[in-house]
Amino acid sequence: MIEIKDLHVSVEGKKILKGLNLTINAGEVHAIMGPNGAGKSTLSNVIAGRDGYEITGGSITYKGDDLLEMSPEERAWAGVFLAFQYPVEIPGVNNTYLLKAGVNAKRKHQGLEELDAFDFMKTVKEKAALVELDPSFLSRSVNEGFSGGEKKRNEIFQMAVLEPSLALLDETDSGLDIDALRIVAGGVNKLRSPDRAIVMITHYQRLLDYIEPDFVHVLADGVIQKTGDKSLALELEEHGYDWVKENK
Amino acid sequence: MATNEEIQKDLEKREYDAGFTTDIESDTLPPGLNEDVIRHISAKKNEPQWLLDWRLEAYRHWLTMEEPTWAAVDYTPTDYQSISYYSAPKPADSGPDSLDEVDPKLLETYDKLGIPLREQEFLAGVKNIAVDAVFDSVSVATTFKGKLKDAGVIFCPISEAVHDYPELVQKYLGSVVPQGDNFFAALNSAVFTDGSFVYIPKGVRCPMELSTYFRINALNTGQFERTLIIADEGSHVSYLEGCTAPMRDENQLHAAVVELVALDDAEIKYATVQNWYPGDENGVGGIYNFVTKRADCRGDRSKVSWTQVETGSAITWKYPSCILRGDDSVGKFFSVAVTTNCQQADTGTKMIHLGKNTKSTIISKGISAGRAQQSYRGLVRMGKNAENARNFTQCDSLLLGDKCGAHTFPYVEVKNATATLEHEATTSKIGEDQLFYCQQRGLSEEDAVNMIVNGFCKDVFDELPMEFAVEANRLMEVSLEGSVG
Ligand SMILES: Nc1ncnc2c1ncn2[C@@H]1O[C@H](COP(=O)(O)OP(=O)(O)O)[C@@H](O)[C@H]1O
Ligand SMILES: [Mg+2]
Repeated sequence: MIEIKDLHVSVEGKKILKGLNLTINAGEVHAIMGPNGAGKSTLSNVIAGRDGYEITGGSITYKGDDLLEMSPEERAWAGVFLAFQYPVEIPGVNNTYLLKAGVNAKRKHQGLEELDAFDFMKTVKEKAALVELDPSFLSRSVNEGFSGGEKKRNEIFQMAVLEPSLALLDETDSGLDIDALRIVAGGVNKLRSPDRAIVMITHYQRLLDYIEPDFVHVLADGVIQKTGDKSLALELEEHGYDWVKENK
Repeated sequence: MATNEEIQKDLEKREYDAGFTTDIESDTLPPGLNEDVIRHISAKKNEPQWLLDWRLEAYRHWLTMEEPTWAAVDYTPTDYQSISYYSAPKPADSGPDSLDEVDPKLLETYDKLGIPLREQEFLAGVKNIAVDAVFDSVSVATTFKGKLKDAGVIFCPISEAVHDYPELVQKYLGSVVPQGDNFFAALNSAVFTDGSFVYIPKGVRCPMELSTYFRINALNTGQFERTLIIADEGSHVSYLEGCTAPMRDENQLHAAVVELVALDDAEIKYATVQNWYPGDENGVGGIYNFVTKRADCRGDRSKVSWTQVETGSAITWKYPSCILRGDDSVGKFFSVAVTTNCQQADTGTKMIHLGKNTKSTIISKGISAGRAQQSYRGLVRMGKNAENARNFTQCDSLLLGDKCGAHTFPYVEVKNATATLEHEATTSKIGEDQLFYCQQRGLSEEDAVNMIVNGFCKDVFDELPMEFAVEANRLMEVSLEGSVG
């Protein structure tokens, strides 16, 4: 699905990613862990096409195409989805309206008819139920006045509606209480599918108890230091990140 | 993804799709202004002596006045002797009696602008609007007069009202905006040519939206329309006003006066979508929009709301105001103003609280791009008898790019200690993070900008009648068109 080769990225002249390699196949669930400031959000933002990152080397191939040549919306149409670490508030813009515009833009790009309002609302309600998002959030302004946990829940709800091929969940578990975590994780699990890849960025082993990853990576000093199965997360919990660097 | 700079550049490319001219023969006075010109206008319209005297009085007053310079706008002053003060499409000296008499070229013009003047076109759809179409100096058509008449509502060109309802006109004309109120109002009083007249009788809820569509066509003419709306006790009316002009390199003056009178328990909702030609990206041409709009909430519990969406004009100088004279009267001002390229707007409102328990709300949303400069200028005055009067003001500015400017000048005068005022103001830039969020969800950058800007304006758009809200959305999109690099 996506192949990242020798990726070098700088932000404001500071080198953040220094030759990162990562390959993800359809159907897989990957977890990326690593210390604060390691560049995890940088990686997900670069994949999604955010401005302000200087790619100084390497390549990203997505479904056979050069991802770095695509605009953010083209990447979205091709199935890249980012659940933001800090979802932004957009006053006055209706949550469902934004989603509908997104879905229809993608359909238009694919040469499909726009969804009819009734069908769309039906889908939206089903998907909201998946993460137990109260329907009142559907008609509110995007993220405005949402609590931290509600924002994260809204992100997964959007993922469910947009049905991406590659979903990047950037610290979706942060800010969720135990109950919410269980519900959101349950939602993500239902979205696992053989033709969808999911990448979870997290600090906590706890999330991985709910969503079992196929691979766990440790990102530190700008590269993937170590890759293992879910037991790696347990070891990390026990020994910390320095242990990884010492035991490459 | 485009930077703010790119967005700004794209905004400068916006196109003005109402910029065509209609090739029609007109009867136009040579440029210049003197008492004879005024006599000529008055005679053309067959006016009674009192109105001619009223005009001359205004003219003599105007001669003693100076053009105001306090607004934060910078422009080449108008040479008042170089303008023609009367232009009418031939042969319509007064409004035609039926659409069959209207020149097909005119009907076509309004069709092109999306303003259907044929009544049956409305009947088929959901729309329920009566239209008065003013072309340069005269009204060319008023629709649905018959249906309105059945309800007792008078809706006609003011030139016609002078003849048909002289007592009403004489009683109310200039009663809200006196002849000598300000430089532009005095000029308008002297030379006004047409505009709409509305009277809603006691207890009547006007059965449809009323609307006037102003179109400047002729070259080197000014448009000086005069609108007078009277809502008698317990009546209700919703009125819409739209404006466009052809693209020309010369600046053209539009100096209108709008007077609203609301008696006891009456309500007037006045909405404007102003899309006069704004000039090109270098600031050449465009309309000078110097307008005096004022409502007198004369009766107890009367209500007036001004809602405006302003995307046009090179220079805007406009402060729709409410005099809250009646006890418990309510004034509202909702405004969205978009300035791009070299447009300059100095706009806002005045809420003059005179009666007890009077309430006013001001919500102003300013959007600037390019090198545009925009100022909100508002006055809230609490008179000494305005017991428990309340005002809430919110002024938000959104900047696209860093060469434009937003300024806020809120003036407050309080002479009654029981009055309360609240003021909130914000200035923000369209956020890169908001744009990216929308794009990540699949919106093009242009759609993302439109969506965010429309969201920013939501509080105001919610106040517009349904059909107008759609029109306003469309207009905003056109104004912000081309935001993709
Ligand atoms: N826009 C930015 N401007 C300056 N520094 C940035 C910016 N974005 C990220 N950084 C820096 O890049 C590094 C990696 O950040 P980030 O990718 O957010 O880390 P993580 O998500 O792993 O905690 C940090 O040192 C951070 O301060
Ligand atoms: Mg992060």
